[in-house]
Amino acid sequence: MKRLHRSITFRITLRSLLASLVLSFFGSISAQEPVRIAFIDPLSGTFASIGTSGLKQLQYAADELFNSKGGILGGRMIEIVPLDNKQSPTDTQIQFRRAVSEGLRIIFQGNSSAVANTLNSTISRHNRRNPGQEILQINYSAVDPILTNEQCSFWHFRFDAHAVMKLNVLTDYIAMNPEIKKIYIIGQDYSFGQVVSDTSIELLREKRPDIEIVGNEFHPIGQVKDFTPYVTKIVSSDADAVITGNFGADMVSLARSIIDSGLDIPIYTFYAAYDGITATLGADGVDKIYLVHNDAGNPLPSEERLAYTRNFKRLNPNNDMTQFRITNALQMLVQAMEASQSTDPYDIALALEDMRFTNMSGEELWMRGEDHQIIQPLHISVHTDQNIVVDADNSGFGLYRDFSVPGDETVVDHSCRMRRPRR
Amino acid sequence: MLEVFVFSTLNGLVTGLLLFMLASGLTLIFSMMGVLNFAHASFYMLGAYFAYSISLKLGFWAGLLVAPILVGTFGALVERYALRRVHAHGHVAELVFTFGLAFLIEEAVQFFWGADTKNYQSPDLLDFPLFTLFGQEFSAYRGFMITISVGIFLALYYVLTRSRIGIIIQAAITHPHTVASLGHNVPLIFMAVFGVGTGLAGVAGVIAGPVLTTFPGMAVVLGSIVFVIVVIGGLGSLGGAFVASLMIGLLQSYAIASNLGMPDLLNWLGLEFSRDHPLNDLWTLTLPQIAPVLPFLLLVLVLIFRPTGLAGKREE
Repeated sequence: MKRLHRSITFRITLRSLLASLVLSFFGSISAQEPVRIAFIDPLSGTFASIGTSGLKQLQYAADELFNSKGGILGGRMIEIVPLDNKQSPTDTQIQFRRAVSEGLRIIFQGNSSAVANTLNSTISRHNRRNPGQEILQINYSAVDPILTNEQCSFWHFRFDAHAVMKLNVLTDYIAMNPEIKKIYIIGQDYSFGQVVSDTSIELLREKRPDIEIVGNEFHPIGQVKDFTPYVTKIVSSDADAVITGNFGADMVSLARSIIDSGLDIPIYTFYAAYDGITATLGADGVDKIYLVHNDAGNPLPSEERLAYTRNFKRLNPNNDMTQFRITNALQMLVQAMEASQSTDPYDIALALEDMRFTNMSGEELWMRGEDHQIIQPLHISVHTDQNIVVDADNSGFGLYRDFSVPGDETVVDHSCRMRRPRR
Repeated sequence: MLEVFVFSTLNGLVTGLLLFMLASGLTLIFSMMGVLNFAHASFYMLGAYFAYSISLKLGFWAGLLVAPILVGTFGALVERYALRRVHAHGHVAELVFTFGLAFLIEEAVQFFWGADTKNYQSPDLLDFPLFTLFGQEFSAYRGFMITISVGIFLALYYVLTRSRIGIIIQAAITHPHTVASLGHNVPLIFMAVFGVGTGLAGVAGVIAGPVLTTFPGMAVVLGSIVFVIVVIGGLGSLGGAFVASLMIGLLQSYAIASNLGMPDLLNWLGLEFSRDHPLNDLWTLTLPQIAPVLPFLLLVLVLIFRPTGLAGKREE
């Protein structure tokens, strides 16, 4: 009995000795331990081009702004961990589990609102069940309004204007053009496409009751081989303009088909630039393709911004700085970490709420605390080759700013009733 | 209404004939190997990318000539040095091999050309409207696509049914041992058929690349539909594949052009559902919305009611 007792105490002392050894070992290197950030987006499959381009921009922002200047939080490097979800909600779940098991606490994700919605609910559930092990969702692109309205979450922050905000600006712009009397809406058949359609109809009815909606079409996402049959309908509807929320290959094919049919009408879009789209549209798309986005386009608003973009181009000759909001998001995230001196999602989230930030373009950004929606200036640019300083796809064509709206005029009400965690 | 009908027919023909170029090669290879080639659409993608690269240096027409030959040669090499060895292990092994090959090609394309859309343009020579009907242009390039596809169908049909080579190929497919004892090199014939089949897919890629956009997902988008055509047309039947291709092309085109949907059906039946109905999505479904999935519905129906397809002979 006594011997047994002794052996237990011996084991305990040995174990605590080992533990303290391990602790001191890790403790000593913890100052150099990187801050790891997961990047979950499509890196293969149909939408791979957008995902890989986003990854390069995040990596560049981390290296250029922080890692090359000695890191953050007193010398810690930022490490980006890419996880490929093929833009499928199912694969996103798998990659989320992997991120959790690797101890990653911050997730960047942007492509597809369907994926963002899945991730949002998965994270909410995970965080409820694992207090102290929460995950933070940095949404840099998914624009379904639901994410900062009905489905808003304390753990989700959006760094792009949502679809209704963008459509508000876009319909203002359309309403200014008295020549537009008939509008055709076409979009991908999923949450974002539906929002674009419903909101456009609603806002146009308010702003220009005389405009007739001559078509409201949905097509399966990533399934259409040839858009010509759709364009036939657009032509026969006698539309003066087209609104579409399409992205990727669906956007290029649609625009190409419209242009090939000889139809000379403006196409109002969200994502008709970069990743091969600008080059493919080329001369045919000049003064036809309009884009509502959060980036200022050409001319670039500041010298610092121009140098930053040029340097990215030098390192990635085949890519463009397509989503500057990724840089905004990382800078604000780091500022929140520095302010709270923590990498814990709860502390970061508190610091991000109501943060005001002046970005590299000299624009004022505000992360609204009530719904975690960024408020920033929005712009409408046109696809052209005139006065383009920074082009897209090395094609000589690019986006030229035509219309800008200051941040406070883009604000729309929200219906978010956030469940705040107690600590 | 008439303009929509005319243009939908033309659009359907273009799509249908393009699909036929893929389906013809696939169905030929099937009747020879007895196995579906899952990588077939990947050869189509390779055709587009090869032609894109060639067109940058030598122009579109050089691409049209050279790219299919490159793709066909690659296909023949795959048959000679990989598929023939796998063949010894039975059909399942072959199936899995082509499945893997499809993934491999997609990754390779992304590796060499990158993941973004390529600016592959149709030739300036064909950059004019062939005719304008009801204010809508029909581009000369689409006319060119129709011409090439019909030309290939006629040539293929002639070679297979009227020429000596065609007779030997047909014999080799049904009675390989007899043909071999007559002194013909059957493995060589198989290699040639595989090469020609993949080469045809290459041609389809070359001429479809500029209109359907050249990007790494193009094989996946088209691949599934080609299998549907081959099954509906009857596995191994060239004529069946031709009819099925046109049928699917036109079906999709008309479905998109129509404005019919569940609301019309409900009106006709005199039924009405409120917007809050849990199945609201179903009651508001329209034909254009589901057009791209109609071929798969057709596939299911054909498999249930006529498993051999429209013109299939085999029933094993």
